[in-house]
Amino acid sequence: MWALFVRDLRLSMRAGGGALIGVLFFLAVVAVIPFGVGPDLKLLSLIGPAILWIGALLAALLGLDRLFQHDREDGSLDIMLMQETPMFLTVLVKCLAHWAGTGLPLIIASPVLGLLMNIKGVAMLAVAATLLVGTPAITFIGAVGAAVSVALPRGGVLVSVLVLPLAVPVLIFGVSAVYGAVEDPAPFTPPFLILCAITLFFSVLGPLAASAALRASAD
Amino acid sequence: MRLLAENISVARGGQIFFSGISFSLSSGEALVVSGPNGVGKSTLLRVLAGLLPDAQGAVTLEGGPYESVAEASHYLGHHNGMKPELTVSENLDFWQKFMINEASAQDHRVLGVSDAVAAVGLEGVAHLPFGYLSAGQKRRIAMARLMTAFRPVWILDEPTAALDLASRHMFADLVEDQLEAGGMVIAATHQPLGFEKAQNLVLMPDEDARFSHEDPFADPEAG
Repeated sequence: MWALFVRDLRLSMRAGGGALIGVLFFLAVVAVIPFGVGPDLKLLSLIGPAILWIGALLAALLGLDRLFQHDREDGSLDIMLMQETPMFLTVLVKCLAHWAGTGLPLIIASPVLGLLMNIKGVAMLAVAATLLVGTPAITFIGAVGAAVSVALPRGGVLVSVLVLPLAVPVLIFGVSAVYGAVEDPAPFTPPFLILCAITLFFSVLGPLAASAALRASAD
Repeated sequence: MRLLAENISVARGGQIFFSGISFSLSSGEALVVSGPNGVGKSTLLRVLAGLLPDAQGAVTLEGGPYESVAEASHYLGHHNGMKPELTVSENLDFWQKFMINEASAQDHRVLGVSDAVAAVGLEGVAHLPFGYLSAGQKRRIAMARLMTAFRPVWILDEPTAALDLASRHMFADLVEDQLEAGGMVIAATHQPLGFEKAQNLVLMPDEDARFSHEDPFADPEAG
């Protein structure tokens, strides 16, 4: 299983992999906001955490359709389906590798991009922390969408459309935890814990559903 | 060990591809599936490999530690299952680690990555990205995968397409080794594969209609 993790991570780093594309997209989304909104620093720091979260969510969705499609096209998926190793474990490891390849760079980039949005230190930390526990959930939810649309030639947009409604709770609790960390009356811990719970929930449900979909789509 | 296929039928989109195919294969035997294009050879192999969950009929493996035929099989389909971005040895190393199981860990015939590459006669290319290789070389590397982990059943879909004559002989030798060691080989092909003793299964489309609800006749004959 470690071999699978290393392989997928390596693929996301190599030319054509999704790691850098996600970060560049994240940068593009966040960088144009100040131009659109205007140089009002107060407003920017107010909407900053939400913009970072939306940018990270969209960037995380960007590479999801590749999760199984390449493996299906080159026949690797057939071989994976035939092994003694349960498929949901294989899917789980693929998700974790995908997250490490595309989600983790977003989290590392988020404090730097926070500077563009005039976000203060505490809020910056809160954004990074919520992204750290929230983005795996997006990958796990996305795995289901990617598995369902694996047989479609241009499944990328469909994956985003399928996944986005399910990812909305992640966004809501992620952003409200960040605001809880900055604004006084709002609490930080409850939304943060709910975010953790969502991730744990989908870390079980996502791989199970995705492996069932992959089995059904084999033809 | 004995592989039993009973009454395999495949219907797709309400039309029957083939139905009522039964055969049995013992250790050391090969089955060559042939027939014109589109008759369902690849589909039959995918059913045997457990990759078509909605097929009718039963495929079982008797007398082994394996729970299903899929677990006991190597499948070499039309695609090679290798990543063009990774080097040949990275690809094979991954499959070796991924496909390891108890039987594979104990079997002494399992080759290391460099030995497997040497066994298909491509010593010089192990450090190259898989995508740089020619079609024939890619196919040979895909065959090297079969040797990096032990599986008693080999399911091969047109294994020798794109191979030159020397490579075909090399492939026939690999299959011969597998059969001598008590394995089984099921191959679909348009070319003679050069197996010394093999059962032949010839799939033919129905005379009147390509896809009908009649049974297209399946004619197993010893060859």
